[in-house]
Amino acid sequence: MLTRRIIPCLDVKAGRVVKGISFLNHRDAGDPVQLAAFYNESGADELVFYDITASSDERNIMVEVVENVARQVFIPLTVGGGIRTVDDMYRMLRAGADKVSINTAAVLNPQLIEDGAKRFGSQCIVLSMDARRINEPGQPSQWNVFTHTGRDPRPTGLDAIEWAKRVVDLGAGELVINSMDADGTGAGYDNELLAAISAQVGVPVIASGGAGKPEHLLAALHEGQADAVLAASIFHFGTYTVEAVKEYLANQGIPMRRTPRPL
Amino acid sequence: MIAVINYGAGNLPNAVRALEYVQAPIEVVTDPAAVLAADAVVLPGVGATADTMRSLREMGMDAAIRAVIARGTPFLGICVGMQVLAEQSEEFGLHECLGLVPGTIRRFDQGLKVPQIGWNSVQHDGSALWDGIPNGAEFYFVHSYYLATNDPTLVAGHTEYGLNFPAAIARDNITAVQFHPEKSGQWGLKLLGNWVQGAVVRGQGSAQH
Repeated sequence: MLTRRIIPCLDVKAGRVVKGISFLNHRDAGDPVQLAAFYNESGADELVFYDITASSDERNIMVEVVENVARQVFIPLTVGGGIRTVDDMYRMLRAGADKVSINTAAVLNPQLIEDGAKRFGSQCIVLSMDARRINEPGQPSQWNVFTHTGRDPRPTGLDAIEWAKRVVDLGAGELVINSMDADGTGAGYDNELLAAISAQVGVPVIASGGAGKPEHLLAALHEGQADAVLAASIFHFGTYTVEAVKEYLANQGIPMRRTPRPL
Repeated sequence: MIAVINYGAGNLPNAVRALEYVQAPIEVVTDPAAVLAADAVVLPGVGATADTMRSLREMGMDAAIRAVIARGTPFLGICVGMQVLAEQSEEFGLHECLGLVPGTIRRFDQGLKVPQIGWNSVQHDGSALWDGIPNGAEFYFVHSYYLATNDPTLVAGHTEYGLNFPAAIARDNITAVQFHPEKSGQWGLKLLGNWVQGAVVRGQGSAQH
C-alpha cells in the first residue's frame, strides 16, 4: 500500500538551516547535511529545502548545499525558494534535487510550470501556494493566493482552488498548500482548505502550515485528505521526533513507511 | 567496469551518487562501444518511454543494449530503464520498445492519483537481489505507467497500487526495478549493493572481452 509521507521542511539561509516562526524571527538550527542525515535516520520520507536567501551569491551556496546533501542522503529532496526560470530548475536538479518547488514565480509567470514540466517531467514540478482565508465569518469559505509572504504579503486576487486546478492543468505534479492563517500557530492545518483542493485535483496534495502536535498531522491526512504532511518547527526543536509521529499515525491506521534500522 | 548509460535521464546524477556510495566501479558512458566493453550495465531513467527509446536509438544504444543482454552481461534497468525493456508502451500512443521481456507498459487506471508518488511496500521473491531486505520493505516510486505482463516467472517483486504490478523483474542477466533505488534510503542502497555484488560475481565467471 502506498504510504503517506512525513516531510520535514528546512529553511536555509546562506548555507545554514533556520526556522522562522510565522516566517519571521529566524533562528539558527543547524547544518543542512547533518540535519538531513538525522532526519533520514529518524524516518523522514522526503526532505524539502527552502532557500530564503536573497542574493545570488548565497544562491550558489544553496547549489553546494544540495550537492552535499545528495551525496549523503538517499531520499527524495525538493528545493524551493528563488527558482524563477527553467535554468534555475536545471541547476538544482543537476545538483541532486529530485523536485523543485515554485511559488511566486509561478504566479507571475504560469508558463514556467508548463515549461518545467515539459523539460523535466511533471514529477519534478511542485507547486507551492500560500493561501489566506478571505471570507467573513459565517460566509462560505474562500481563500486567496498570496505572494511575497515573508515580510510583505501581496494578494494576487487568485482563488486558491481555481489556482490549484490551473497549475495541475499546466503540469504541476504535486501541490504544497500552505495556510497563512495556520502557519506558525501550532494550532493545526487548515483542513477545510486541504480537503477542498484535494477533492478537485488528481495529483498529491501536501499539507503545510500549522502543525503543533501529531494529532494535527492525523487530521490533515484524514479530514484534509492530504497525501503528505510538511512540518518544520515541531521536528526542528525536538518537540516530537519524526519516528514518534509516524508511530502515532501508524497506530491510528495511517499507512506509514517503517523506519529502517541502521544496518 | 559498470557502465551507467547517459542519455540525458533526469535521475542519472542521483543514480551515479548512489552507486558511488555503494562503491560500485562505475563509469558514465555515452558511447555504445563503452557499453559493449562493460562488465555490467545500468540504464537509469525518468520520463517517457517514447522519448527514452528515441534517445537510445539516436545514440545507437538500443543495439548495444540488445547485444550485451544477449551475451549475458549483467544489466540493471531503473524506472523507465525497466519500462523500455518491454515489448511495447501505450504512453503517448502505442509504440515499440526493446522487446527484451514480455509485456506492455500501461497507464494506471483513472480514479487513482497519477503519478503514484511515494513509498510503497514490495513483496519480493527472496532472491539474492533482496539479501538483507525484509519482505514488504518500502521503496520510493514515481510513475504513471507500469509493466503489464502475463509471465509471472518474470516478476521478482510486486506492489499494489490500484492493482498488483511488477515492482521488480529478473530473468537471466536482466534485473530491473520500477522504483528508484537511488532514492529509497537504506533498502535502495542495499539493493544496489546486492546487484553490484552479483554483477561482479557473474563478471568473474564469464569470459573476458
